[in-house]
Amino acid sequence: MRITSLVTRITRQMLRDRRTLALLFFAPLLILTLMYFIFHSEASDLKIVVTGSDENIAEALKQADFQVTVAKHFSKESMAKNNIDGWLQFENGSMKLTLLNDEPSRAKAVQMQLAQGLQGDANNPSIDAHYVYGDADTKIFDIFSPMLVGFFVFFFVFLIAGIALLKERTSGTLERLLVTPIKRYEIVAGYVIGYGLFALIQTIIVVLYAVNVLDIVLVGSIWLVLLTNILVALVALSLGTLLSSFATSEFQMVQFIPLVIVPQIFFTGIFPLDGMADWLQQIGKIMPLYYASDALNGIMYKGLTFAEVVMDLLILLAFAVVFITFNILSLKKYRAL
Amino acid sequence: MRAVNAITIEEIAKGFKHKKVIQPLNLNIAERKIFGLLGPSGCGKTTLIKMIVGMMKPDTGKITVLDCEVPNEALLSEIGYMAQSDALYTELTGAENLEFFAKLYRLSKKEQRERIQYAAEIVQLTNDLSIRVAYYSGGMKRRLSLAIALVQNPKILILDEPTVGMDPVLKQSIWKELERLKNDEHKTILITTHVMDEAERCDNLAMLREGKIIASGTPAALKTQYGVQTFDEVFLKIVGEL
Repeated sequence: MRITSLVTRITRQMLRDRRTLALLFFAPLLILTLMYFIFHSEASDLKIVVTGSDENIAEALKQADFQVTVAKHFSKESMAKNNIDGWLQFENGSMKLTLLNDEPSRAKAVQMQLAQGLQGDANNPSIDAHYVYGDADTKIFDIFSPMLVGFFVFFFVFLIAGIALLKERTSGTLERLLVTPIKRYEIVAGYVIGYGLFALIQTIIVVLYAVNVLDIVLVGSIWLVLLTNILVALVALSLGTLLSSFATSEFQMVQFIPLVIVPQIFFTGIFPLDGMADWLQQIGKIMPLYYASDALNGIMYKGLTFAEVVMDLLILLAFAVVFITFNILSLKKYRAL
Repeated sequence: MRAVNAITIEEIAKGFKHKKVIQPLNLNIAERKIFGLLGPSGCGKTTLIKMIVGMMKPDTGKITVLDCEVPNEALLSEIGYMAQSDALYTELTGAENLEFFAKLYRLSKKEQRERIQYAAEIVQLTNDLSIRVAYYSGGMKRRLSLAIALVQNPKILILDEPTVGMDPVLKQSIWKELERLKNDEHKTILITTHVMDEAERCDNLAMLREGKIIASGTPAALKTQYGVQTFDEVFLKIVGEL
């Protein structure tokens, strides 16, 4: 089989290029870990001020890992000045929570710990939260980490597959390949399978690491996450190899990052999409990562099932099919057959 | 011996953007001969060769190889092509490179082994086959490229400056092998060169300049025609420098 020989060759080449392998497998973990710590930093010593309450509440809050200060009078201004994360006010039996929210992750953490710490208290009315900065809709790492997982798979597969085919073009081996009776679709299939294998391994490593080591929320099925990321890898692979035909050097391939990769980040949901102008939202809909993020966020954060994300997955598959077809056609440039 | 043409080129022309690289030209390359294509760099040798192999489409005209019009899929197995640049996978060993291309020609396991061994012997790389190409010298890479062109046992060999970077001893043995391939295995060999002592070993020659064939014939005939002793002189005379 010609496709198998291509796959064998690609596997051998990759296994001997240790640095590229390391980039593919470990760079996403490094960046993911870094972002995890950036967004979770110091969340452990949250400072909270309680006014108008009894010792029981303060004690309960200390149990819940807060640095508690009981005060008689307090204000929003002193919150900002002293960098107090939360201010819990008890007045006439009702409870009012004011959050500094200078970092959304800390505000979220205060709320979560508060809810845990005050659990089982029958007198505890629902907590009404007010914010010093921002509002309740501010997103945190847990919400956009699923998109990050998809993004890293896309980014590294795009770059590595694109540069690999580019190298084959510039070194003349692609030309040499096309002088053999290999068919154009066989070359593309070999590439998709060969690099697809490595993309698959990368996806598995990234997803397992994110879920097990970094403890990123995963409400839905891990298999569904893997399936989505495999489709993401397929789109990235076929788009990368396709765009590499418009590049004449590795440097020009890297120049596609601000053109192709960065704009897609804006539509992954890391920045809220709702506030965007309509025409801008429409642009998002031509971007593969928009659908990838929608599906991943749905599965990992909201716990959606296959049936609920199947539309996103089909669109990703369609992207891959279109790009693969273009790939086969673009090889016509080298050989008419 | 029948005087049949292995390659027939009729009124081929090719241009890129504003430059005409190949002027309309005709060329017949006889079977079982070594045909040399001579000319200075940039005269269109490689372009002409790429059109014969089927990698480039001529603007006008027709190319026939072994009675099939180019491009033709079956033809690809009959042509052993060696490009000017060493198109090799440097992460792989010499043997792995050969094996990869052998597989693309769908050779059986037994044939693969035999042909790889044969091709490696010809270019004297048998002992270096297990080394990665990244560690090869320039001459070794050239030789491996030649071995790859031979691996599927093609009827026609098209070699674009095959002996560049080889030492005289190796060059001599490669030429002996090319002559043996022609005589014993009845191969047709099309070779480009700008080394004049190699030109003398060809059966027929065509000189290309600015996309036009400016002279053709056997080496001896060309020397007589221009009344000179060496090929350098023929060349200079034609170009108008002498």
